[in-house]
Amino acid sequence: MTASLTLGPVLFNWPVDRWRDFYARIADEAPVDTVIVGEIVCFKRAPFFAEAMGEVVERLTAAGKTVWLASPILVGSERERSAMRDLVSADAGIVEANDMGALALLAGRPHAVGPTINVYNEATLAWMAERGAVAVSLPAELPAATVAALAKAGRELGVAVEVQAWGRAPLAISARCYHARAHGLHKDGCQFVCGNDPDGLPVTTMDGQPFLTVNGTQTMSHGCLCLTAELPALVGMGVSRFRLSPQAMDMVRVAEAFRAVLDGRRDGAEVAAELGGLIDAPLVNGFYHDTAGALRVA
Amino acid sequence: MDNFELICPAGTPAALRAAVDAGADAVYLGFRDETNARNFPGLNFTRQDVADAVDYAHARKVEVYVAINTYPQAGNLGPWQKAVDDAARLKVDAVILADPGLLAYAAKRHPDLRLHLSVQASAANVEAIRLYRDAFGVRRVVLPRVLTVPEIAKLNAEVDVETEVFVFGGLCPMAEGRCSLSSYATGLSPNKQGVCSPATHVRYEQRGGALASTLGGFTINVFGEGEQAGYPTLCKGRFVAGGAPAYLFEEPTSLNAMDLLPELKAAGVHALKIEGRQRGKAYIGAVVRAYREALDSFAAGRPVPHIDLQAMVEGGTQTTGAYTRAWR
Repeated sequence: MTASLTLGPVLFNWPVDRWRDFYARIADEAPVDTVIVGEIVCFKRAPFFAEAMGEVVERLTAAGKTVWLASPILVGSERERSAMRDLVSADAGIVEANDMGALALLAGRPHAVGPTINVYNEATLAWMAERGAVAVSLPAELPAATVAALAKAGRELGVAVEVQAWGRAPLAISARCYHARAHGLHKDGCQFVCGNDPDGLPVTTMDGQPFLTVNGTQTMSHGCLCLTAELPALVGMGVSRFRLSPQAMDMVRVAEAFRAVLDGRRDGAEVAAELGGLIDAPLVNGFYHDTAGALRVA
Repeated sequence: MDNFELICPAGTPAALRAAVDAGADAVYLGFRDETNARNFPGLNFTRQDVADAVDYAHARKVEVYVAINTYPQAGNLGPWQKAVDDAARLKVDAVILADPGLLAYAAKRHPDLRLHLSVQASAANVEAIRLYRDAFGVRRVVLPRVLTVPEIAKLNAEVDVETEVFVFGGLCPMAEGRCSLSSYATGLSPNKQGVCSPATHVRYEQRGGALASTLGGFTINVFGEGEQAGYPTLCKGRFVAGGAPAYLFEEPTSLNAMDLLPELKAAGVHALKIEGRQRGKAYIGAVVRAYREALDSFAAGRPVPHIDLQAMVEGGTQTTGAYTRAWR
């Protein structure tokens, strides 16, 4: 299987030193092909990472990784808008758009479409291809039949289709910060409490069942998407890229395990059992199997 | 001063007549299938219902918009394209779409059909709105509920597309069309099936003296004795995130921006939208009448009257939502 691995952007608010070290180790050790970098969840966090961005991109590039910068998910305010415009104009390489505004600015040059832009069907995929999209990362909630139809269309259009195969699923974005709200704060005076939770803030039901994860303005699944067992079928459909979304865990080991499955050296189910032991969350694949995303279908 | 256009919901022909009679400028509705984002049992319009609705509304100089605002299913675009074709054939005044592929189809196949961008497309900035205008000729954008009034004003100063904002009814705390919470708990989503927190996956359980509501097996709320139980919409549930159980995302509350009419006018907003295609004709009639009165009073230069809509709001509380910065 010749499919490639993409490391998605770090979605959590890690201290910048941890963030820098994480990417240094990815550069040195992780068998991923593309690394997508950028603070896409919260505009307020971005300045912390700006200082290390150049160094991280350089390090990854020197190690032979393809590095793409990612645009923010929600762009409403003037400051968010100008940051989006700066990103698109400053970087001559591929930018992954996560909002239709960035997609607008990237028209006519090769670019990527991130999983928070709604690509649900071949007509939309074709429209994006016409405008210069070279890779599209599909929303997490799409079932196998939809992925298959889009992968087929992608091959015909010359657009690489990507599926998230590891990590908590992004489920929603808001103008409101739930991390701040959970601490009795407002977004404007948030005290960056999201920094206390490197894997997000666990949300349980009133009877104690783990359910969701709050990451600032973003809401994610509690369950960790894992499609190791589905990889052969996905590759068969023509999906050529698999996204690993960083969690506060050994992502080098995750990447090695996925690479081994793609190369036919290891069995997907066996790898899932191993990786499941590395994260404090159940592994889920329900979206792919056209049922509740929180479920795991054997 | 030009008055706002008042855009009102209808889930049934009776609700449509109630909205028209109460003073709507336009009524929006959906076909009876997965092509619209309020795909609930017993709701929505057959093709003949829409033909009758157009006759009734047009005879009274009221417009009809059809929402075809879910995301068409890959490999099965037919039902969505046919919905657009039928809306054009039935001479509705606009279709409300979200999916770029479907917008491209509508723009090409029906160049005279007026296109509105659904809130489900979540176009929250000038660049995104210009894209929909330039690519598809979109004439109006329903803004997502993530912007403050000052942000809306800045946006309107830069785009020559009409904007429409929600002023009353149910409130998504999440950016619309970008939420898979319901899908995570039930497998059914607003984007795919046009449903959120569907009744098919809701259970109520008595637990001692308490009543629990669950969605897809997840407890969304537990009501003690004397507490009024509500429907378990996922983002309006009580959860635990490090402390005591709390309404983490949003309280069970309704948007009511009537007090903001002057600010919304100054911000350049063209049309005001009432949420609630799932509501009955009595509710629709009462809310539309109240807003008609407020708008006419405001347009005539009189103060916006204080009209009590307390009986119409979810959970008995009202909010101005994202329009004010403190909500964030």
